Amino acid sequence: MGSPAPASELERRPEETLRASAVSRSFEGVRALQEVTLELHRHEVVGLVGPNGAGKSTLVNLLTGFDLPTSGTVELRGREITRWSAHRRTRSGLARTFQHSRSFRALSVRENVEVAALGVGARGREARRRAEELLERLALTALADVRADSLAQGDERRLGVARALVTEPAFVLMDEPAAGLPEAEVPEFAAVVRAVRDDHRAGVLLIDHNMALVMGVCDRIHVLDQGRTLAAGTPEEIRGDLNVAAAYLGETAVDTDA
Amino acid sequence: MSVLASIDLNTLGDAFGLGAIYALMAVGIGLVFGVLRLVNFAYGQLIMAGAYTLAYTTSWPVTASIVACFAVVVALSLAMDRLVFRPLRSSSPAVMLVTTFAVSFLLQAVALIIDLRDGTLGEVASAVAPLNQAITVGGVDIRKVTFVAVGVALGALVALALVLARTTIGLHTRAAASDFRTARLLGVRANRVIGFAVVVSGLLAGAVAVLLTVQNPFVQPAFALEDTIVVLVGVVVGGIDRLWTATLGGFAIGFVSVLVNAALPTDQTIFLPSVVYALVIVVLLLRPAGLFAWGRRAAMERV
Repeated sequence: MGSPAPASELERRPEETLRASAVSRSFEGVRALQEVTLELHRHEVVGLVGPNGAGKSTLVNLLTGFDLPTSGTVELRGREITRWSAHRRTRSGLARTFQHSRSFRALSVRENVEVAALGVGARGREARRRAEELLERLALTALADVRADSLAQGDERRLGVARALVTEPAFVLMDEPAAGLPEAEVPEFAAVVRAVRDDHRAGVLLIDHNMALVMGVCDRIHVLDQGRTLAAGTPEEIRGDLNVAAAYLGETAVDTDA
Repeated sequence: MSVLASIDLNTLGDAFGLGAIYALMAVGIGLVFGVLRLVNFAYGQLIMAGAYTLAYTTSWPVTASIVACFAVVVALSLAMDRLVFRPLRSSSPAVMLVTTFAVSFLLQAVALIIDLRDGTLGEVASAVAPLNQAITVGGVDIRKVTFVAVGVALGALVALALVLARTTIGLHTRAAASDFRTARLLGVRANRVIGFAVVVSGLLAGAVAVLLTVQNPFVQPAFALEDTIVVLVGVVVGGIDRLWTATLGGFAIGFVSVLVNAALPTDQTIFLPSVVYALVIVVLLLRPAGLFAWGRRAAMERV
């Protein structure tokens, strides 16, 4: 669904790429990730899927600076960032949303976004202005003064996206944004993901188990299994790949035409 | 014979006065707890250090004496964070709590050594004592310090509320109190937020030192120790997870202590702590999350 909007040649340049090159990560001898290479360009949505324990979270942690690879490198817009702190990556255009949203529960929706804006160098009034703007775009203006912990699931996910986008990122990593989201709200969230790609021209790495969402919005899909790349390609290619169907998609692959 | 009969306007004034002082202490303790997850048992020794400063500067002009008191308390508060709390920042809350006990006893021992240089235990801070005189308002004698205490408490609380609500450092402090890790990820500087909490908490301790010394100019190493224990209990009763409920808890226990003290027969005041703590137990049995904690959300907001 939706017209695929492939990244243009301009956006495939190294300066506009987030790249993990042959990254591996072992935890006390257990190889969680083995020689995985993944590229994300601006203006595209790449899905990262795989069964539990496939290494998705490990890869995201390496990309966002929550963990260091045992070997391999991470590059952001032509610069090696393998050992950069998470916050430094955010300031350089790599934002993320969290699996359990991690919003500041006691703060208002507006303040949540404001803190993120301040974090990338916006000053008092400017941070507030940018926060208002993002709330507007994500249809959260009416909820601006509401405490973050009283939001419904769908609104909370959009708050997470607003908090990421206010840092004006080139890339956004979304960690299981549809987890816990009522099925009826998934299409609405898919529209948000597309807007991040089309309106903000950011590259999105989408990690999720909801195959309707992944198949519906992704331009490319990267499948991990047991720490290795099992397959990579367009949603159509992945859907037709029997290995993938066996490893992960299983029965659900048949009825994912959202 | 009636309990209420023994509570006159005079007592009510004292109750508000002590409640206000305990509320200030509760804010000082609650603010640091919100950011560092640390219950600082040594908070009373900050106040004690301030009281000694007032006692040793009695010959100075009162203003200079009070400024010195604030300076010493804030410096000690910062030193405590830098030398003790910062190295333990990743330790468990239990380790940190026990450490603050150690700091508390250490500072009392140091105070004892300094105090005993003149061969007698205790010093008298006489310069600020005139504030303890009563003025008559509508036929009721109320001590000046009561007005000062209530005024200072209200002023400090309003000012702090505004800073927390309106400024960047306030927003950062609330974010850090809500989720320290995520706040750091979003670029909130841990040391700035902690420094802010530690300094404000020190300023409050300085104010409390002045107010308590006015009421009781006899300063010794255990000065403010019992008050701190009572306030810690009050903070837990109010709900330590939120700054404002903790503050109300501090106020309530100060207020109730004075009323219970007045209600008890003169020869029975030794039972004051028993009665107060019995009330605390009843409250915690009825409302385990804290007297002022409402609903599920109560456990989440810390500042």
